Amino acid sequence: MYIVKRFFTMLLTLWIIVTLTFLIMHMIPGDPFSNDSKTIPEAVLQNMRARYHLDEPLAVQYALYLKNLLVLDLGPSIQSKTTDVNTLIARGFPPSALLGIQSIVIALIAGIALGTVAALFHKRPLDYISMFIAIIGISVPSFILAPLLIKYAAVQWRLFPVASWGTWQHTILPSLALSVTPLAVIARFMRTSMLDVLQQEYIRTAEAKGLSTWSVVIRHGMRNALIPVLSFIGPLFASVITGTFVIEKIFAIPGIGKYFVDSIFNRDYPVIMGTTIFYSVILVVTLFLIDLSYRIVDPRIKLSSKGD
Amino acid sequence: MKATTTDPITSDPRFTPADRSRLSANRIASPGLPLWKQRTYSIFRHRLSLLGLLLLVVIIALALVGPLLVPYSPSSQSLLKTNLPPSADHWFGTDDLGRDMWARTWSGARISLLIGFTAAAIDLVLGVLIGGIAGYCAGKGRTGDRIDSLLMRIIEILYSIPYLLVIILLLVVMKPGLLTMIIALSITGWVGMARVVRGQILQLKQQEYVLAAQKLGTSHAKIIFRHLLPNAAGIIIVNLTFTIPSAIFSESFLSFLGLGIQSPIASLGTMANDSLGVILSGQWWRLFFPGLMISLTMFAFNAFGDGLQDAFDPRSNR
Repeated sequence: MYIVKRFFTMLLTLWIIVTLTFLIMHMIPGDPFSNDSKTIPEAVLQNMRARYHLDEPLAVQYALYLKNLLVLDLGPSIQSKTTDVNTLIARGFPPSALLGIQSIVIALIAGIALGTVAALFHKRPLDYISMFIAIIGISVPSFILAPLLIKYAAVQWRLFPVASWGTWQHTILPSLALSVTPLAVIARFMRTSMLDVLQQEYIRTAEAKGLSTWSVVIRHGMRNALIPVLSFIGPLFASVITGTFVIEKIFAIPGIGKYFVDSIFNRDYPVIMGTTIFYSVILVVTLFLIDLSYRIVDPRIKLSSKGD
Repeated sequence: MKATTTDPITSDPRFTPADRSRLSANRIASPGLPLWKQRTYSIFRHRLSLLGLLLLVVIIALALVGPLLVPYSPSSQSLLKTNLPPSADHWFGTDDLGRDMWARTWSGARISLLIGFTAAAIDLVLGVLIGGIAGYCAGKGRTGDRIDSLLMRIIEILYSIPYLLVIILLLVVMKPGLLTMIIALSITGWVGMARVVRGQILQLKQQEYVLAAQKLGTSHAKIIFRHLLPNAAGIIIVNLTFTIPSAIFSESFLSFLGLGIQSPIASLGTMANDSLGVILSGQWWRLFFPGLMISLTMFAFNAFGDGLQDAFDPRSNR
């Protein structure tokens, strides 16, 4: 029951996002061809507007857009006459997804490890060192870190390729740069959560049973401490998605983030709308899945519509 | 006769009066750490937030007076003095248009702080208002619950859209600039604050003093402003110390992309972006100073906020 309700809330959210995006994009005075009006004859402009249904009333355009969305057609790109938004996303998604997944994996593994170490060595030097690293990670934005990585790791020490896309080596530096902020945030979450868990009675029971520290921490501590961290995966996704805007720009990676930023400067409205909607779908679906998953991971959270 | 004057228990040699000093000694005041370790810990925690506060004061002071200390304006160009490294004349060097980096860095920091504080102030008002209404109305009859769930639904939807995407969309529609930036940041920024305030109000509402005030016929406004908000102040302030750096980050992020503050006004994000092309040719100061300033500002707020959080939350000071 909860799942069904949550599912419809998700659909409602998506519909609101689509509508808002559509309205915001059509608040702009003029249309994508306004700038060309001096060089192109009026009759041709009329034809071009008709081609993209820009001469119809707003409501009709909206209905058309929704109708196309239902068959997953995000419309044509105005800037590049030969490709449509679907092709752009299909082309840009693999690099972006690879970067995103790699950086999330790095952030999760390193963040959880760092946070756990800090909690285990609570109020000892290792704790301070880990938390100092974490606060530095939160303070230094990825777009400052990335040029430094390029300068040192790629140019001076020649460890990795400088930029662009191709082999797996190309993905390492951008993934690292992208993972630092979420890593630091996860480490801090994990530390607090682990400290909470380590005070619980079942930990004392586990220790009293004579289990090794290792198995107490991994089997009893970590599994419970991870539950609050799960709730951070949604914002983590959002932060990685927006992070790709700058990272793909700095490393010249042909991903969706780069297409999105380019489309803003080209005023390519269908592409801006399409990518925004695409990102929102990813995020909203992820939030939905996380919500379900941690109700499954933690049986104490009831799958009911009430609660929260 | 004897039995009435002496208590059989106190006269019995097997019983002795309890030693009160031993009773209080049995109470565990803190976990079993040596005193010096506890002290180092609290000093460290304190020192970090103290360091943050100190840094903040220095940054704010220099953002205010920094550009006035040098005889160059942040936007005045000098084509004879382009790309100079830091020197006695130009403390932070100059950029490719011969503009003084010291003046530009501090006026960029000024813009960052202005945006951070203004956006946070708007977030504070909107967040406390909306979160407070939602939290206070919840459980107050059918209309109250409806208001709460409507507001929560709006918050939920706004929360599930990446806020930078919303800001970018708005920046595409409106003319880029300082005001647009503040509006765009405020439209989404209050959501986090509203969630926190609502949760806190829901909790505080259960307290006995609120019940007592209600039974004594205190007005809603007085309960909210005299009882609920002052008690939620701690968590609101802590949240604020994290809202400000996040607004500052968003400003530099968007300016870095070219969507935020437009040239010739200096912004740390734009300066960092301008340095991308030249950092490999050895002009390290072009990235270093604006990057350091963004990071230091974020560090100062986060460190200070951490300390505050500990101070307001006794649980985290184990």
